[in-house]
Amino acid sequence: MNPEIGHYALALALPVALVQAFVPLIGATRRDAALMAVAGPAALLQMLLIGTAFAALTQAFIASDFSVMNVYQNSHTAKPLLYKISGVWGNHEGSLLLWVAILAVFGAAVAAFGAALPDRLKARALAVQGMIGAGFLAFILFTSNPFLRVDPTPAQGLGLNPLLQDPGLAFHPPMLYLGYVGFSMAFSFAVAALLEGRVDAAWARWVRPWTLAAWSFLTVGIGLGSWWAYYELGWGGWWFWDPVENASFIPWLTGTALLHSAIVVEKREALKSWTILLAIITFSLSLLGTFLVRSGILTSVHAFASDPTRGVFVLVLLAIAVGGSLTLYAIKAPKLEPGGLFSPLSRESGLLLNNLFLATAAATVLLGTLYPLIAEALELGTLSVGAPYFNTVFVPLMVPLVLLMGIGPMMAWKRSDLAGVLGRLKGALVGVVVVFGIALALSGVDIIDIAGSAGIALAAWLFFASLTEWAGRVRLFKSSPADLWKRVSSLPRASHGMTIAHLGMAVLIVGVSGSSAWKQENILTMGAGETVTVAGFDVTFDGAELIRGPNYESVQGTFSATRGGGKAVTLKPERRVYDQPVQQTTEAAIHTTFWADLYIVLGDGPADTGRYVVRAYFEPFVPFLWYGILMMGFGGLVSLSDRRHRIGAPRKAAAIAEPIKA
Amino acid sequence: MKIYAALSAVTLAVLVATTSYAVEPDEMLADPALEERARIISQDLKCVVCQNETIDESNASLAQDMRRLVRQRVLAGDSNQAVLDYMVDRYGDFVLLRPRVTGQTVLLWFGPFALLLLGGLIVARYIRRPSITTVQALTPEELAEVEALTKDSNTRNDS
Repeated sequence: MNPEIGHYALALALPVALVQAFVPLIGATRRDAALMAVAGPAALLQMLLIGTAFAALTQAFIASDFSVMNVYQNSHTAKPLLYKISGVWGNHEGSLLLWVAILAVFGAAVAAFGAALPDRLKARALAVQGMIGAGFLAFILFTSNPFLRVDPTPAQGLGLNPLLQDPGLAFHPPMLYLGYVGFSMAFSFAVAALLEGRVDAAWARWVRPWTLAAWSFLTVGIGLGSWWAYYELGWGGWWFWDPVENASFIPWLTGTALLHSAIVVEKREALKSWTILLAIITFSLSLLGTFLVRSGILTSVHAFASDPTRGVFVLVLLAIAVGGSLTLYAIKAPKLEPGGLFSPLSRESGLLLNNLFLATAAATVLLGTLYPLIAEALELGTLSVGAPYFNTVFVPLMVPLVLLMGIGPMMAWKRSDLAGVLGRLKGALVGVVVVFGIALALSGVDIIDIAGSAGIALAAWLFFASLTEWAGRVRLFKSSPADLWKRVSSLPRASHGMTIAHLGMAVLIVGVSGSSAWKQENILTMGAGETVTVAGFDVTFDGAELIRGPNYESVQGTFSATRGGGKAVTLKPERRVYDQPVQQTTEAAIHTTFWADLYIVLGDGPADTGRYVVRAYFEPFVPFLWYGILMMGFGGLVSLSDRRHRIGAPRKAAAIAEPIKA
Repeated sequence: MKIYAALSAVTLAVLVATTSYAVEPDEMLADPALEERARIISQDLKCVVCQNETIDESNASLAQDMRRLVRQRVLAGDSNQAVLDYMVDRYGDFVLLRPRVTGQTVLLWFGPFALLLLGGLIVARYIRRPSITTVQALTPEELAEVEALTKDSNTRNDS
C-alpha cells in the first residue's frame, strides 16, 4: 500500500511544481500579490509531497518490500540497516528522488525563512525552482519511476553492489546532491534577478549563503568519494580523473569561482553580469554532470544511442535549462548597470584573476572529459584522455592561482599597493624557503623529490600568507591578550571562514604533492611468518583465515607492523566475496599515523600453498588530503554562520530604492 | 572511468572466481631500475578493454598481457618512447592516455592555454575600461523623474 501512497504523492507533486513554476511568475510580471503569494505554500506542499514519496520508498527498503521493483533490484534482507537505507539512493531512480527531495527542502526553506526577501525576487526564484522540480519530477515519473511493482513478489532481493555497501559511499551521493541542488538556488536567484533586471549587493547577499552551503557540501561530497576510492578500490590512489569524478569536480571549480565573484558584487557592486553567468554555468554543469553519469554516455556514445530514453530526456532538460537561461542572459545582462571601477592592482582584480584561472581550469577538465566523446561522435577516430593529460594541463593552471591566493586577501579594495603587500609577506617568503630546504634535505635531489618539495613549498606559501593576513587583521603581535581576544571575536566569521578554508587548501596541497611524489610500494608473495620492509615499517604476515560476515565470506590476513622497534600495530586486510550479488571486493587495511598511511592489500595466492600476493604501500601525506578537505568544508560553514547572513540584507537600502523605481 | 565501471559492474553478470590485482609479483622484472621504468611507461597506457584504467592498475587479463609486452620491450633495450611507439603500432592511438599532439588533438592540448590568454585579454580590457561609463548622462525620462521627485519634496517642504 505504502508504495502507492508514495507514487501518488510523487505524481501530485508534479502539478504542484507546475503551479509553483508559472503562477508566481505571472504574478510577478503583473505585480499581483495574490498570485505571487502562491509560491510559498506551493513550495511547502511540494516538500510535503516529495517528502512523503521519499519516506515511502525508504520504508519499502527498510521493510525489504520486494514487490517494489526498485527494492528487489537493489536490496537484500541480509544487508545491514545502514545499507538498506543508503540503498534508497544507491540506484538511478532513488538517487533522482533524493535529488528532487533536497530541491524541495531547499525551496521550502526559501519559502519559510525568506520573509525578508523582496516579494518579486522571492516569487520568481521560487518559480524557477518550481520549473527545475517539474523537469526532474517528469523525468522520474516518465522514465525512472522507483515505485513500479513486480508481480509475483520475489522472495529475495538481488542485493546492492558490495562496493556501495560502505559508510563513505553511503553519504557521498547526498552530499554531492546537497551541493548540486544548492547551486540550483544560486541559479534560480540569478534567473530571477535577470527577470527583475536588477542585481545589487542585497541580491549577492541572498545568494551567498546558498552558494556557500552548496560549495561546502560539494567539497565534502567530492572528498568522501575520493576517500572511498582510496580505501575501497584497493590500489591506494585517491583521484583518477575519472569522468564520474570530473563530472562533480567541474561544477566545484566554477562554484568556487562563483563564491568569490559574488563577494565582489556584494562589496563593490562590480562583476554583476559575470557573477550571474557563473551562477547559470555552475548549475548547468551540475545538470551536465547528472546527464553524463545518468545517461550511460560515458561508457560509449554507442551505448548511449542503443537505449537513449533517459539520456535524451536529461539532454532535453539540459537544453531547456541552459538554452533558456543563457538566452535570457543574452537579452537582459547588457542592461545591467556597470559596476564600480578598480585599479589593476586591487582586491577586485585579484578575485577576477582567481575567476579566470578557475574558469579556465573548469573548461580544461570539461574539454578533456568530453574530447573522446566528441572525437567518437564526429568519427575523428578513437582516442583516450587520461590522468597524464589532466596532470600536465591542470597543474600549470593551479600554481599561479595558489600563488595569487596568498596575495589576494591582503589587497585593498579599489586600489592596492603590491609592494606593501609583498613587504608584509616577507616573513612568509622566508618560511617558504626554509620549508623548501627542509623538504629537499629530507627527500633528496631527484626530479621527483624537487617536484614534491616544490609542491610543499607552494603549500607553505599559501599557509604562511593566510596566517599573515589573519594575524594582521587581529593584530596578533601588537595587542594585549584581552584586546586580542576582542579582535578575534569581533572579526567577521566570514574572515575566519576564509582563513580556515585557505589553510585547508594549503594542507590539501601538501597531501597532493607529498603522496604523488613519495608513495612507496612493495608487491610480493608472502607466506606466514615472513617479513617485508616498506618505508621503515617491518611488516610481518601472521597468516590468513576464512571468516564469515553478515552477508559475505572473507579471507582475512593478519599483519603486524613495527617501525624502529616501536609498538606493533595489527592490520587485517580482507578479500571479501559477497553472497548477493556474488562479487569480490578488497578491504585494504590502513594504519594511519598523523603524517602517513601504511596501506596493505591482500591478494590471491597460488592455490593451496598458503602464500598470498601482498601489496604494501607507504602513502605519505595522504591523511593531509582529508584534513584539508574537512578544513575547507568547515571554513565554508564558519563563513555561512557570519552575522550578515543571519540578519539578512538591510531593509533600508530596499526601501530607498523602491520609490525611485515606482 | 574505472569508478563508473566498478559501480555498473553490479548490472553485469558477476561471477568472480579468482582475480589478479594489477601488477603481480611474477610479472615484475628482476632489475629494479628496469621495473621502475616499466611501471612509469605502464601508467601512460590504457588497458584497451577497460574504462579509463591504466594497464598498471587494471585487473583484466589483457592488461596483464600488455604489461608483459611492455616489460619484454624494456628488457630488449627499448627507450620509453620506443616502447610507447611499439604499443601504439600494435593497439592504435587509443592506448595512449596522454594523446599525441596531432591535428586531431591540437584543440585538446592548446585549447586551455588559448582560453587562458583570451580570458586574460578580456579581463585586461574590463579592468582598463574608460571611466566615462560611470558618469552617463541622464536620459530624458530620468530627468523628468528627478524633476518630479524634487518638485514633490519641494511641495512637501512647503506644506
